[in-house]
Amino acid sequence: MRKNKVLSVLWLIPASWSLLRTMWMVFMHGFRKRETVNYPEEEVYLPPRYRGRIILTRDPDGEERCVACNLCAVACPVDCISLQKGEKDDGRWYPEFFRINFSRCIFCGMCEEACPTSAIQLTPDFEMGEYQRQQLVYEKEDLLINGPGKDHDYHFYKVAGMAIAGKDKGEAQNEEVPEDVRTLLP
Amino acid sequence: MATIHVDGKTYEVNGAHNLLQACLSLGLDIPYFCWHPAMGSVGACRQCAVRQYKDKDDNKGVLVMSCMTPAADQTRIDIDDEEARAFRASVVEWLMINHPHDCPVCEEGGHCHLQDMTVMTGHDRRRYRFNKRTRRNQYLGPFIAHEMNRCITCYRCVRFYNDYAGGTDLGAFGARDNIYFGRYAEGALESPFSGNLTEVCPTGVFTDQSHSDHYTRKWDLQYAPGICHQCAVGCNISPGERYGEIRRIENRYHGEVNSHFLCDRGRFGYGYVNRADRPRVPEWTERPGQEAVTLGVDPALERITGALRQARRIIGIGSPRASLESNHQLLAMVGPENFSTGIESREQACLAMMNRLQETSGLPTPTPREIERHDAILVLGEDPVQSAARLGLNLRQAVLSRREELAEQIGVPAWNAEAVKTLGQDRYHPLHIVWPAPTELDSVAVARHALAPDDIARLGFAVAHAIDPAAPPVDGLDPASQERAGEIAVSLLKAARPLVVSGGSLASEAILEAAGAVARALSRRAAQGGLVLIRREANSTGLSLMGGQTLDWALDELSEGRADAVVVLENDLYQRLPADRVEQALARANTRVVLDHQRTRTAEGADFILPAASFAEGSGTLVNLEGRAQRFFRVFEPAYLRPETRIHESWRWLHTLAAGLRGEAPGDISLDLATRACAGAHPGLAGIVDAAPGPDYRIEGLRLAREPQRYSGRTAMRANLDVNEPRPPQDTDTPFAYSMEGYSGFDRPRQQIPFAWAPGWNSPQAWNKFTDEVGGHLRGGDPGIRLIRPQPGHREYPDPVFDDGATDSSGLRALVLPRVFGGEETSARAEPVRQRMTAPVVILARPDAEALGVRDGDSLTLLGVREGDSLMLFGGPDITVSEQEDWPPGWAGLPAGLLPGLGQGATLTLGKPTGGES
Repeated sequence: MRKNKVLSVLWLIPASWSLLRTMWMVFMHGFRKRETVNYPEEEVYLPPRYRGRIILTRDPDGEERCVACNLCAVACPVDCISLQKGEKDDGRWYPEFFRINFSRCIFCGMCEEACPTSAIQLTPDFEMGEYQRQQLVYEKEDLLINGPGKDHDYHFYKVAGMAIAGKDKGEAQNEEVPEDVRTLLP
Repeated sequence: MATIHVDGKTYEVNGAHNLLQACLSLGLDIPYFCWHPAMGSVGACRQCAVRQYKDKDDNKGVLVMSCMTPAADQTRIDIDDEEARAFRASVVEWLMINHPHDCPVCEEGGHCHLQDMTVMTGHDRRRYRFNKRTRRNQYLGPFIAHEMNRCITCYRCVRFYNDYAGGTDLGAFGARDNIYFGRYAEGALESPFSGNLTEVCPTGVFTDQSHSDHYTRKWDLQYAPGICHQCAVGCNISPGERYGEIRRIENRYHGEVNSHFLCDRGRFGYGYVNRADRPRVPEWTERPGQEAVTLGVDPALERITGALRQARRIIGIGSPRASLESNHQLLAMVGPENFSTGIESREQACLAMMNRLQETSGLPTPTPREIERHDAILVLGEDPVQSAARLGLNLRQAVLSRREELAEQIGVPAWNAEAVKTLGQDRYHPLHIVWPAPTELDSVAVARHALAPDDIARLGFAVAHAIDPAAPPVDGLDPASQERAGEIAVSLLKAARPLVVSGGSLASEAILEAAGAVARALSRRAAQGGLVLIRREANSTGLSLMGGQTLDWALDELSEGRADAVVVLENDLYQRLPADRVEQALARANTRVVLDHQRTRTAEGADFILPAASFAEGSGTLVNLEGRAQRFFRVFEPAYLRPETRIHESWRWLHTLAAGLRGEAPGDISLDLATRACAGAHPGLAGIVDAAPGPDYRIEGLRLAREPQRYSGRTAMRANLDVNEPRPPQDTDTPFAYSMEGYSGFDRPRQQIPFAWAPGWNSPQAWNKFTDEVGGHLRGGDPGIRLIRPQPGHREYPDPVFDDGATDSSGLRALVLPRVFGGEETSARAEPVRQRMTAPVVILARPDAEALGVRDGDSLTLLGVREGDSLMLFGGPDITVSEQEDWPPGWAGLPAGLLPGLGQGATLTLGKPTGGES
């Protein structure tokens, strides 16, 4: 009976150990490198594939990449992208306007995944706070940058078969010269 | 009926179909490209392979093309067979080896049959490592864009364009894998049905250029069931809106009216809705010549009621291009004794006669689809392709259906298109055209008799007499005409289902009376038959059923001072009567109120303009030429994206205005109330209430969605105005919601379908899911209510009465010829249609041309027009002379729409251009 009483308080040993260990660990954290940064005085490191502020990029030749295909808009789960297709004199499609309502955007990156031309990309930037919500509506001039973004090489019109000024039929990737329909020769 | 076994299940199908058609009708998916319900099978694309077994014990079977195999009784097939699936996947892979990787910049993307079929067969990676064949494009005019790289050589385009629609300028060139579909040289496609290529082509080779100019993907458009307002056929359309503009018109399947096809005027003539110069807010011009000021809704209504209250008498001028509801509200406001239909007197007399003939001629009026089942046709004084284009296509099918008859005799099924065509060659059902100018149907006609209007009527009466000797004879007919009449009579009598087509294009009651006499004679001699009477405008039939005084009467009341205020509803009076007459009458009025969606000349001279809704922003009811009342619904709410606009339906404006005149509060008005008011007041229109379901119609408790489920950009499209999104517009008038929330599926039968979509079917081929059998009728029934029914009773023949046949010696008489592009007021304001209008031509007989000292190709100037006692002087425009061998002397053929207000038969003074000034 007495022996049982002694055994019943034995739990105190591991419990006290755990308590002391925890206190020690907390104490030791005081000597570790700080994870908290002094934002905004100190900059935050964001990995290159971080999903932040959305941009529109240009192809390696400096032309707008967006061809206004509307796939980003339809992929967007909160429907915060709207745009209108236009056509330049050289035959390229481009967005006449391109609007993202960042007050609705959830930075899911679906638009980037849907984009067939690597035009729309998410960037490691989250500093978009505004006092006026209206300021969160970005138009094309707010979105378009002067560079290819993360994808340095892709050039949609060099792959696609549509002819534009400076790239005729037959000059895209894997293309023969246009057929002469007036010949029946094999 | 036949019993077939598909994948181990047993189905009952129509034995006259092929297996593909039968399976699609059952709702089973088989991929296909070259087959089309309206054009039959040719077995060109090899996509619809299935495995067919000989009998129950056969477990090997063979692969067959389901489109080329009859759905015979006890046919056993497997669609879901491993080898058949692999075969279909390879076919798509072959078709795709040259595909240009340009879906993002392709207008077809998102409603592309090729995309659908590629997904259906499971092909998603390119394995072919070699080069792609490329081909150059052509300029095909303002309607159609061309991108030959996307072609998969299914031959649907040329089969539609040449065989079905009778075009001659599109062809297949080249050989083997080097096939090219295009014109022999660049230029606009000539056929007025070229727009259907955009829906017939399963890929993006032929796309809608007018849509591409302000392109929006199919899933981003907001739709509502619409009715085409560009002629009297009443084709069902799906207008698509984005950002407050109509972006595209697509065919909306109707089993009896337009089935799969529209004409180009209807498809590309919508641009007037988007014009920047449209009145969008009420306008007030205090004194003529002053700048107009814009007003808010309440100040405008107050000023108008103030001005109208001072009037002694208000004349209301309605319009055959406005809805019945709007016309009725105007009639109710001014009173029946002050209401004019806004139709010129001769046209109105013709319309009344056409309604009467439809009831009493003894022959029923077939629906456009029923027209295709007639086997002898007389077109008397009408050019159907120009005045009611879609009917022209039906008439062509009627003539061509002789092929199917011949095929049936030797047991070739009607769907076997190429065999049927080869067998038929140029054997057609007889088509007799009596019309002075060349028509699109001449190539399949027995003969065209070029006659002057009175002679057309004479010939018609002679035909009636030849069919039934009890019909009164025509005195003094020359032997040649007598012989012609005999020939026509014999060919109509030989037919099982003869058809008489006529209409009001020549504004001649004599011609209509003659057509009625032929119909009556046929009804006494032949078992079955039909009479089709073509009206000019979208609601001509409806307005003539409603009744009212003529426009001439209204102008007389004004110019003679018996009324001093006028309210004009969606009508440009200058298009109907000579300008000086209209001007003089309107100048006498103290208050001129115009409700319109276009800035017409009438609107410009008005004191008040109220911005009316076009078919895109408004709902209402129209009655087409067969007497079918059909409802069209508003596609979008214009004030949502452009809050400054104050566009409302005319019936809403007029209802409020009428209440204001009575000094009452406006009270309730809705589409339903407006329709019921109209139906209640006019017994002939009582049926219109049932033309479409009311605002409480729900499917499984849901409203019907105007937007596809994938509609994008909702939270951004209006964010430039205000980031705080307002509540979407609520629609209390119709069962449709301005939202993707609501029913948009295909499995619950319904009549009102804003857009066709089914899972896996994004292209217009999705209509197959909505029909009872492919190419049949909508499962929910074809929309619309027929108002005009033949009345039984024995009636006598009318005595031949002719217009004054006397040719005026002082000049040539005008023969205004209807034309598809430019012959209709509103579509002529659309940019692509303007580009497509042909240069004006005056057709003259050789002696008349010689008398004027001109030859074919020279220019003439119109110096003056005399009509009754009104004389107009012109200084132009220059018109090219076209001499025509058989043209009736004494007449000058001019295209409709060239000189607004030019009446049929007016005397013209033509002269050589003086060069420079006039």
